[in-house]
Amino acid sequence: MRLEVALPVIIPLFFGALTLILWRWRLAQRVTTVAGTGLMLLSALWLLAATWQDGILVMHMGNWQAPFGIVLVSDLLGAIMVVLAGISGFATAVYSLTSMSRRHEAFGYYPLLHLLLAGVNGAFLTGDIFNLYVWFEVMLVASFALLILGGERAQMEGAIKYVTLNLVSSAMLLSAIGLLYGLTGTLNMADIADKLSYAEDPGIITVIAMLFLVSFGIKAGAFPFFFWLPASYHTPQVAVSALFAALLTKVGVYALFRVFTLMFTQDVDYTHEILLWVAAATMLTGVLGAAAQYEFRRILSFHIISQIGYMIMGLALFTPLAIVGGVFYIMHHIIVKANLFLVSGLVYRLKGTYELKELGGMYRSHPMLAILFLIPALSLAGIPPLSGFFAKFILIRAGVEAEAWWIVGVALLVGLLTLYSMIKIWAEVFWKAQPEEYADRPAHGSAGSGVLYLTIGGMAALTVFIGLGAEPVYRIADAAAHQLLNPSLYIDAVLGER
Amino acid sequence: MNSQFALQSLILRTAAHFLLPLLLIFSVFLLLRGHNEPGGGFIAGLVAASAVALYMFALDIRSAKRVLRFEPRDLLGWGLLFGVISGVPAVFVGQPFFTSQWLELTLPVLGELKVGTPLLFDVGVYLVVIGAVLLILLSLAEAED
Repeated sequence: MRLEVALPVIIPLFFGALTLILWRWRLAQRVTTVAGTGLMLLSALWLLAATWQDGILVMHMGNWQAPFGIVLVSDLLGAIMVVLAGISGFATAVYSLTSMSRRHEAFGYYPLLHLLLAGVNGAFLTGDIFNLYVWFEVMLVASFALLILGGERAQMEGAIKYVTLNLVSSAMLLSAIGLLYGLTGTLNMADIADKLSYAEDPGIITVIAMLFLVSFGIKAGAFPFFFWLPASYHTPQVAVSALFAALLTKVGVYALFRVFTLMFTQDVDYTHEILLWVAAATMLTGVLGAAAQYEFRRILSFHIISQIGYMIMGLALFTPLAIVGGVFYIMHHIIVKANLFLVSGLVYRLKGTYELKELGGMYRSHPMLAILFLIPALSLAGIPPLSGFFAKFILIRAGVEAEAWWIVGVALLVGLLTLYSMIKIWAEVFWKAQPEEYADRPAHGSAGSGVLYLTIGGMAALTVFIGLGAEPVYRIADAAAHQLLNPSLYIDAVLGER
Repeated sequence: MNSQFALQSLILRTAAHFLLPLLLIFSVFLLLRGHNEPGGGFIAGLVAASAVALYMFALDIRSAKRVLRFEPRDLLGWGLLFGVISGVPAVFVGQPFFTSQWLELTLPVLGELKVGTPLLFDVGVYLVVIGAVLLILLSLAEAED
């Protein structure tokens, strides 16, 4: 029995209920939220350390043994994702202390935040495919409510697209799980993987795999199902945007990594070839979409899509190095992308707008913020020695070794175009002089922005750390990839040695 | 004052006063028998919520709120908290989360009684269902006003 496996799920559930009880006391809600997300981060770090030391950890919930009960499983990929969720959850909670208005808090922001984190962590840790669906739903329910927090018109419009597509995706996921259950008679992922390895009819398995690809592809924002994402991510409160950008699509990516390394490896030539095309198209459409945008958060939203393409590319190449690259990319991306959204929120606070053409002169007035923007922005574009450089370097090296030249070309081109987008933001927001007619927008000014600077600075420091200390991070990603490419480790850990 | 509801039935109003306690007792009965027989926290919560809902339709929102005594939102929070807490005792005896723990009591009148964490979980579900249903219902009814 390993306590630490369940803690990252139990802690946010507990604190979520607590903030609900403390609904009337704003200060108490804030304190419990920061304490709760902080504790969650600590428990996640504990889990990662334990998983690093002792290999894959399993907890049979309620003492019902697998494959009949529901298990929580922490392999290195899951533990890494939980740590990243902890970091972005904690950063968001601290950032919200200043950025979230009283009105938005009164709509139940804090309980929903905890519920979302519980759903995300549950999805990362569960070892049961139906339970994965349930955690997805928990996460979606919380995200629907967070998306419309405040109830503005633009938010409703974004939310309708978001809800509709995600419901389609959930229905598809459920039917895929049903088919899989019909085929194997089990819902435990390790058991399914075990049974599929002796299955006689690979055709039907590939069909089910494609259903999973479509449903997780929608949730990950992969081509051609990404359009809900740029339609909705720029509408909510900026702390919510940042959390969504960091985590929601990554849960989809995580699920793709999980099912396409553990279960659907019968026909790699076919399934992973499709994944590779999806990856290329996702990268290209995302970055081209961003090039056409002139609103801070919309540009960033489109870049989420193109970055998802890189992660899927790592999975699709399916060589040890490529998987390492994919995992490394996820680690780098979650921190950088959350931070860029947080920066956009601070710019909005200071200037009262997200429109690039109305902004300007920030380098002169806020040089510190300009530098804090440059770190994640250049990291996103892949400039050494920041984290994005190593992430892209590993992936491209993997592509070259696999002799998949065209995807290497696409990845390099997209990197260049990302740099273009980041320079566009830099030039418009920080470098050029602000147009006279927009100079006097009502804004909050710099009062209370210390906490915001602190959060952004902390995240930027992490980016630099992943870049300069790429070696230990690489080692963790390498070990995670080793576990992913040897499903028998996972299967034996869950079902016991047979 | 209850203009939002067209029914001004004396029969319903009189009956509601008697039905409310009956339904609440019935819901507790359902909750307690739920462990081994049909029943349980969810259905019991629905019965309890419908009791208050009936009261609201027969009289008005204000009296329904008064008879409920608690904010639905608080019930929701406490219910969730009970649900989570019910999983914790197992950890102290070295078992995984949510393993049920039982306590056998011998009481003077009732005889032998088995109490365990599943009951706490069921009470949690009961409160969550009451809280959620009434939160929705009361908000909608208030929006009508």
